[in-house]
Amino acid sequence: MDWLVNADTTAEKLVLMLVAIGLFVLVMAVILLGVDRVKRVPQWVVVVAFVGPAMAAIAFGLVYPGLRTIRDSFYDRTSSNPVGLDNYVAAFTQDAFQVVLRNTLLWVVLVPLLATFVGLVYAVLVDRTRFEQFAKTLVFLPMAISMVGAGIIWKFVYEYRPDQQGVAQIGLLNQLLVWLGIEPQQFLLNQPFNNFFLIAVMIWIQAGFAMTVLSAAIKAIPDDIIEAARLDGLHGVGMFRYITVPSIRPALVVVVTTIAMGTLKVFDIVRTMTGGNFGTSVVANEFYNQSFRISNLGLGAALAVILFVLVIPLIVYNVRQLRLSEDIR
Amino acid sequence: MTTTPLPPQSFVTPEAGEAGGGKAPGLGGRKLSRAEKRAIAAAGRLSSPWASGIAIILAVLWTIPTFGLLVTSFRPQQEIRGSGWWTFPTNPAVTLENYTQALFGSSTGFATYFVNSVVITLPAVVIPISLALLAAYAFAWIEFRGRDILFVAVFALQVVPIQVTLIPLLSRYVDWGLAGSFWTVWLSHSMFALPLAIFLLHNFMKDVPPSLVEAARMDGAGHVKIFFQVLLPLLTPAIASFAIFQFLWVWNDLLVSLTFAGGSTDVAPLTVRVAELAGSRGSQWHLLSAGAFISMVVPLIVFLSLQRFFVRGLLAGSVKG
Repeated sequence: MDWLVNADTTAEKLVLMLVAIGLFVLVMAVILLGVDRVKRVPQWVVVVAFVGPAMAAIAFGLVYPGLRTIRDSFYDRTSSNPVGLDNYVAAFTQDAFQVVLRNTLLWVVLVPLLATFVGLVYAVLVDRTRFEQFAKTLVFLPMAISMVGAGIIWKFVYEYRPDQQGVAQIGLLNQLLVWLGIEPQQFLLNQPFNNFFLIAVMIWIQAGFAMTVLSAAIKAIPDDIIEAARLDGLHGVGMFRYITVPSIRPALVVVVTTIAMGTLKVFDIVRTMTGGNFGTSVVANEFYNQSFRISNLGLGAALAVILFVLVIPLIVYNVRQLRLSEDIR
Repeated sequence: MTTTPLPPQSFVTPEAGEAGGGKAPGLGGRKLSRAEKRAIAAAGRLSSPWASGIAIILAVLWTIPTFGLLVTSFRPQQEIRGSGWWTFPTNPAVTLENYTQALFGSSTGFATYFVNSVVITLPAVVIPISLALLAAYAFAWIEFRGRDILFVAVFALQVVPIQVTLIPLLSRYVDWGLAGSFWTVWLSHSMFALPLAIFLLHNFMKDVPPSLVEAARMDGAGHVKIFFQVLLPLLTPAIASFAIFQFLWVWNDLLVSLTFAGGSTDVAPLTVRVAELAGSRGSQWHLLSAGAFISMVVPLIVFLSLQRFFVRGLLAGSVKG
């Protein structure tokens, strides 16, 4: 039965997949039938049957490892000896990590704001035009692409060829520079601007999300408000500034915080495009390096916990805004 | 007529409605006339050359990078090296060689990884949805002590970044002798998806009219019967929207499979292989471009054909950890 763990031919893999799904369905069916067949089962048995499997999975997959990682962050690189706050001190004071924190801050500030801005402007511009559906799909499409794929797409845009006679640029951005009579640049190597070129990729991905949510919010603005504003002589930018933006404020907050949370954990883009070299690493990438490359489990755990702590204020703010907007209505 | 995929009112949670502003106004008839009225009012907006100019520039900016790589993936290797893809119209040489080599070449073998991606993704979508459906049913329709606290706890766990969980989970898998098998990837994806899945499906379930459930109870139906015969049929669209979410998430994931499936040909999915290729052969654009599109084609098809459901899921609350 070795193939149950080490499937290596295509047929074995597909069979294994079906076995896994089948096994799972079987277990579920047994639990449910058990609950249903036996007359007069106590209430708690029913509850455990329904909620139990999911809660067990969450406890094992999220709660236990989370607590364990918090503990490990106070231990040394093999998680055997306690070292107090040393890992956190290292993460906040070493020069290399200063760069990592600075980059992460750049990402978390720029990506949500710019992606939301682009998404909002685009949503307003294409709202109720003939091509709305098609125009939205174009901007939304990057959401379906993996960050690895997006990384490759943009790496190709940034591709650099030495500026010599007979060497043609194959990256679009450098070709544009050449057409403008400017020297081609190593966009992914030149510090610190390479960070902005990586950040652009995340904005490219997230603008579609912002656009979709904000577009729905814009369509939900009550007609009478718009009518009244129009009678008062508001048009174009004035309408946008004084009616549209204030009306969708709750949605804006949710979009910005949600993108910020996603951005904090971004790892695939940096890893695919620069590997975190040339001063482009971010906390999530550094976590991976420390944990799996350098095998410094303590420092890796500390970085993961820092990520966790950074997410909390965002989610708290998000939930509070939701509450507030519910109270108002 | 503009047909923005607004979620039907009855399936949008109150929170999400406020948050996403996805409050579709009223029922079909009124909505249409209202939208029409607005369309008339808004007519002429895009006739402003500035507005349409900016919209077109943004659309082009968002499309050109993907388009460029797509064109490149069909150009012969020599051409890719020697000239930019924008010269394609003047020198239209098309080949499928890049794809053949990427799929079956001994150094790339994307065909194998494609199978791995499929094998990883299907159970990692089916398992969490089933578990979450059961739990969401209990949270929505069974009274029990501590229900609210437990539900809030599940909701709160959405914020746990998966980075926090990786190392301890990996050590457990190693202890059990499962490391580097499909089981660990399935299990991990399923566990990580549960909080969001339970939260979303619970919200959808709460929107089912209580009278339906009461009526079934009066007829003597037990929980299992109510679950399968009353709720499941009504929830199909909600399940579809979460399934697409989870599908895209798992198929496009890098971190989880990198950690648990490693780089082995037996288990690693496409994303891991493509990322590896980008690192080791970063200048072989004929392989990279074809490889990237092999990894993108399935999510793009799913996304384009089921966009409606995806948008609804997005509007119903999206704080994936």
